[in-house]
Amino acid sequence: MGAESSPKIVIVDESPIRAAILEEGLREAGFTGVVHISEMQSLLERIYALDPDVILIDLENPSRDVLEQMFQVSRAVRRPIAMFVDQSDAASIQASVDAGVSAYIVDGLKKERIKPILDLCISRFNAFSKLQNELDRAKSALEDRKVIDRAKGILMRLKGLTEDEAYVLLRSMAMREKKKIAEIAQSILTASELLK
Amino acid sequence: MTISLHVGFIPLVDAAALIVAVDKGFAAAEGLEVTLVREVSWSNIRDKLNIGLFDAAHLLAPVAIASSLGLGHIKVPIVAPFNLGLNGNAITVSPALHATIMGEIEGDPFDPMATALALARIVATRQRSGAEPLTFGMTFPFSTHNYQLRYWMAAAGIDPDEDVRLVVLPPPYMVDSLANGQVDAFCVGAPWNSIAVDRGVGHILHFVSDILTRAAEKVLAVRQSWSEKNPDVLAALIRAAFRATEFIDEPGNRAEVARLLAQPERIGVDADVIRRTLDGRLKISPDGTIRESDRYLLVGREGAARPDPMQVAWLYAQMVRWGQASFSPQALQIAKAVFRPDLYDAVLGLEGNSRDRASNVMGTFAGPVFDADDIAGYLASLQMARRPS
Repeated sequence: MGAESSPKIVIVDESPIRAAILEEGLREAGFTGVVHISEMQSLLERIYALDPDVILIDLENPSRDVLEQMFQVSRAVRRPIAMFVDQSDAASIQASVDAGVSAYIVDGLKKERIKPILDLCISRFNAFSKLQNELDRAKSALEDRKVIDRAKGILMRLKGLTEDEAYVLLRSMAMREKKKIAEIAQSILTASELLK
Repeated sequence: MTISLHVGFIPLVDAAALIVAVDKGFAAAEGLEVTLVREVSWSNIRDKLNIGLFDAAHLLAPVAIASSLGLGHIKVPIVAPFNLGLNGNAITVSPALHATIMGEIEGDPFDPMATALALARIVATRQRSGAEPLTFGMTFPFSTHNYQLRYWMAAAGIDPDEDVRLVVLPPPYMVDSLANGQVDAFCVGAPWNSIAVDRGVGHILHFVSDILTRAAEKVLAVRQSWSEKNPDVLAALIRAAFRATEFIDEPGNRAEVARLLAQPERIGVDADVIRRTLDGRLKISPDGTIRESDRYLLVGREGAARPDPMQVAWLYAQMVRWGQASFSPQALQIAKAVFRPDLYDAVLGLEGNSRDRASNVMGTFAGPVFDADDIAGYLASLQMARRPS
């Protein structure tokens, strides 16, 4: 492809949500040739068939080692691929590893054209993990509430308390034991399982 | 004062010395609070070690050399003052390929020359009939697995780049890939060969100790700059790993070691499968055939933990042989400086003690004798080699 047209970018990611977030960001920034690969079987063949200029892969993906094979000169490889980073780009590697993504760039693509792609990639990956953390927190808060509700129910039944009184009891126990209310609630559930 | 360290590892049995050092408290006894971080790829381990997210790592010996030479990635000098294991890999083939090799073989099926010659005939037959080339999985371009497969095949005249396909596969995907026919064989470390046999989808054709009697496999790797800034911490880490290898080598501790390694956050497979590797007593066929070898995996035994400059020179020679590196005396010096027996000896008080010295032989099953002082001559005497591009 010509050096000035939009580079062809392949995203290798088993997370469809994260890939979609990244793909959207790249398109908004004017990178039109974006393809997402989510199936890891015959990964190299797929990549060779697409013939990309840039490959982005998440670091949780064991298939990263498969991509390293592209550096090797062998019969199957049409052109060698080098990671975009050179000796001067340690900070870029740091930022991308922190974000959980790695980039492979076909030799010949100019460094200044790669930088915006990588920056965007890093910011989208960071945004995704923030989202993921929030989601995890929300999930665990919901789980906690379920556990607390069930423990309250047990206390109400066994000790003839109102809901508010059951909650106050849980909270004071948690303060005394220096534990979270959900942990106290969980131990009540466990104990009641045992005593069934 | 407690020093906190982050150490990366790949879930393989040859991470044993690190796992045992941490989980049996040998690291803590040295004042180290080590967080072991399980990783999914060698690329991740290399990058996180290089940029300092890891203080130390369980690393393929050839990756330590490649990183120091700047091959395939940025150049970060790495030092390896401790071998975590010698050998430990095996070549496993599909039941179909196994049957074909056994039909072709002339001689002892454990003799790598006999299997390689049989394979060469099979490859030639397939080429004549226009069949797809056989595909062999291995773990990384800069891996002992890659060089061991190549060494074995090339001895029988098979060109590993032309006559077969060699593909990188992450170890956890190996068994499935063999089962679904994506590869016909693979070379990988424990426990994956045993898992393929247990699932009935593979036969262990060779222990790599059939091909080389002593092959440096994984090392304890640190950045050279880090080693210079933290000599005392490194010494403590070496002592902890050494204590761990002594513990692992004691047959009475094997059950406990297997249980520690089997934990879900460590290797996460059945303790029984790990035990077979530690004992060198492996089921090699789905029919239950057992093969024993005291050379299958060496952790600490026979001076295995002491980095051997001969080993590193041999690995560098393989990189040159297969076109991954060009030969230069300077590069050889850099490669040799990766292995640091001097640090090992100094920390463990073994200077001048020759008992632990390696026998200075690679113990290859075929080919010219390796001469670390004449690599150019060695390479010239090989029948098959790539020219670096």
